[in-house]
Amino acid sequence: MAEATTATRSDAAPRAEGVAGGKQELLDLYRRMLLVRRFEEAAGRVYTEGKIGGFCHLYIGQEAVGIGVYTGLDPRRDYLVNAYRDHGHALAWGSSPDAVMAELFGKANGLAHGKGGSMHMFDAARHNFGGYGIVGGQIPLAVGVGFAQRYQKKDGVVVCLFGEAAVNNGAFWESLNMSAVWKLPVIFICENNRYGMGTSIERSSAVTDVWRRACAHDIRGELVDGMDVLAMRDAVARAAAECRGEGGKPVLLEARTYRYRGHSMADPATYRTRDEVEQQKKRDPLNVLLEHARARKLEIDQAELETLEGEIGKVVEQALKASEEGPNPDPSVIWTDVYASPDDPALHRDI
Amino acid sequence: MPILSYREALNQAMREEMARDDRVFLLGEEVGQYNGAYKVSQGLLKEFGPWRVVDSPIAELGFAGLGVGAAIAGLRPIIEFMTWNFALLAYDQLVNNAAKMRSMSGGQLTCPIVFRGAQGAAHQLASQHSQVFENIYAYIPGLKVAVPATPRDAKGLLKTAIRDEDPIVFMESEVLYGSKGEVEEGELLIPFGQAEVVRQGGDVTIVAWQKMRFVATKAAEELAKEGIEATVIDPRTLRPFDLDAVLGSVARTHRCVIVEEGWPWMGSGAQLADSIQRHGFDDLDAPVLRVTGRDVPMPYAKPLEHTVLPTAERVVEACKNVLYRT
Repeated sequence: MAEATTATRSDAAPRAEGVAGGKQELLDLYRRMLLVRRFEEAAGRVYTEGKIGGFCHLYIGQEAVGIGVYTGLDPRRDYLVNAYRDHGHALAWGSSPDAVMAELFGKANGLAHGKGGSMHMFDAARHNFGGYGIVGGQIPLAVGVGFAQRYQKKDGVVVCLFGEAAVNNGAFWESLNMSAVWKLPVIFICENNRYGMGTSIERSSAVTDVWRRACAHDIRGELVDGMDVLAMRDAVARAAAECRGEGGKPVLLEARTYRYRGHSMADPATYRTRDEVEQQKKRDPLNVLLEHARARKLEIDQAELETLEGEIGKVVEQALKASEEGPNPDPSVIWTDVYASPDDPALHRDI
Repeated sequence: MPILSYREALNQAMREEMARDDRVFLLGEEVGQYNGAYKVSQGLLKEFGPWRVVDSPIAELGFAGLGVGAAIAGLRPIIEFMTWNFALLAYDQLVNNAAKMRSMSGGQLTCPIVFRGAQGAAHQLASQHSQVFENIYAYIPGLKVAVPATPRDAKGLLKTAIRDEDPIVFMESEVLYGSKGEVEEGELLIPFGQAEVVRQGGDVTIVAWQKMRFVATKAAEELAKEGIEATVIDPRTLRPFDLDAVLGSVARTHRCVIVEEGWPWMGSGAQLADSIQRHGFDDLDAPVLRVTGRDVPMPYAKPLEHTVLPTAERVVEACKNVLYRT
């Protein structure tokens, strides 16, 4: 695990909803998204080189959602429960890029010491309660974390992330219902990237406006531009204010976004046209943010972008180096963290 | 010593633990206002209030997952399944989330949670409501499985379960809820993985748990009439399992019969028979035999149900078989 420090707001973008952010704020958001973009590109590269095993679901194209979620919340008291496209969120929540990449490499210096891998990025000290690999299976967990907030009379909120393909299963419906009945502080965020693996939302869902499903549980649903980090951040901040504290009801946000790569590294994405992907890339989250800057006469110039690229490039290089050089886990650790005690007789080291 | 029913013993365990630790709460269908489908949670809502005794919608997957989420966030949930038949809807949450939380987070998260409810056949409840599922949980590393037979074990094991740091599958028996026995007042903690020797005898070892403990005891009494003395061992928990107690007994009796209510193929007794032959081969004078439920979905009609379930007669027959006295 990365060093167990408590997450603080000191490194977060200052937030003032409805007020045009200053240039530093926009640059900060850009830097955060750029880190995810370049990190994921590197992960994709080393995956094809065989240095990463398993599945590898890249977040490229969806960065505005991840950064918008984090910067819209108060990570000192708020929590994240996530699905398996989770590298970007782990980085957003402040996990060390070295530890995230090392986890992909299956190294002992990874976030979960090499036991989690791509789909299970946990950083409990930073309130990242994990990435989960069963579609929809993580949604009830978020309801439980929200229940614990109310039970312990804390004022944290929980963000629960899932794809649009998760909204047709029972876990989603049961979770929205229970959190609405008990008025739990959960923000359900559907990252609608339009394809559940290779099946488009039109082929899988009778109602393709995910946000409209909120009405079935008498909670508020909202459609958000998931390619616009400012829109995402403000929507999450509004939702958090709404459900924080006793009596606040859960909120369902649908972030319309798009993944540029296949479902996983193994997916050539033949179910969509190259033209469609190119059309989507025209609203790239990084460019959308630059447009915001231009519209606010806070133009970020080429030299500044190049400086950022240089900085981020070094961070990613360092992450790769730490992962390449990181130690393999010792085989003996297979017996640890199965039960609270490695000597628990429930563990059958020998039958 | 006070005489309590199995149901009252469970109730007492929860009441004591909830009074001791305010992180402990009970959530499930009908646990509050209705006082429990089987009245196990009688009076708890009144005593602890609606945040600690929570009536859930009929949504096993959802509320099991809620429990796991609450556990990783610092609470100690008791999630009641009205019966384990319904918990199949929540199997994903137990297997993919609860059992793996500690491991896949690299030890960052713990999941102290008890899932409890009734399993097994009752009286003519037919195929969907008469099932034993202990083996499909005992199979999973990360879970622990308790199968108490007596009121005393029900209380002592449940209190231990609630204080454990790992996820517990606590399986009760509908037909035992009304059974009575002596139970210590106050603190009673029975460790997991410690069998109870119910009866001592030098001729054959019978291993049986939960309802089958009583079938085995009855069989032992029948055998005694014919001069055959059986040891009856109740392991009380299936994971961890007190194999030493069984092997120690088999070293003396040289014969072993396992009685289980569930289906035969890939059942709990299969693993146990393997472990006994693996570690006690030289002690055995006969193959280990198993008496199990018949390999069919449970039929409704009373005589059919009787035919499916293990009986003392079948256990007597198996014991005579391993003694070559047929």
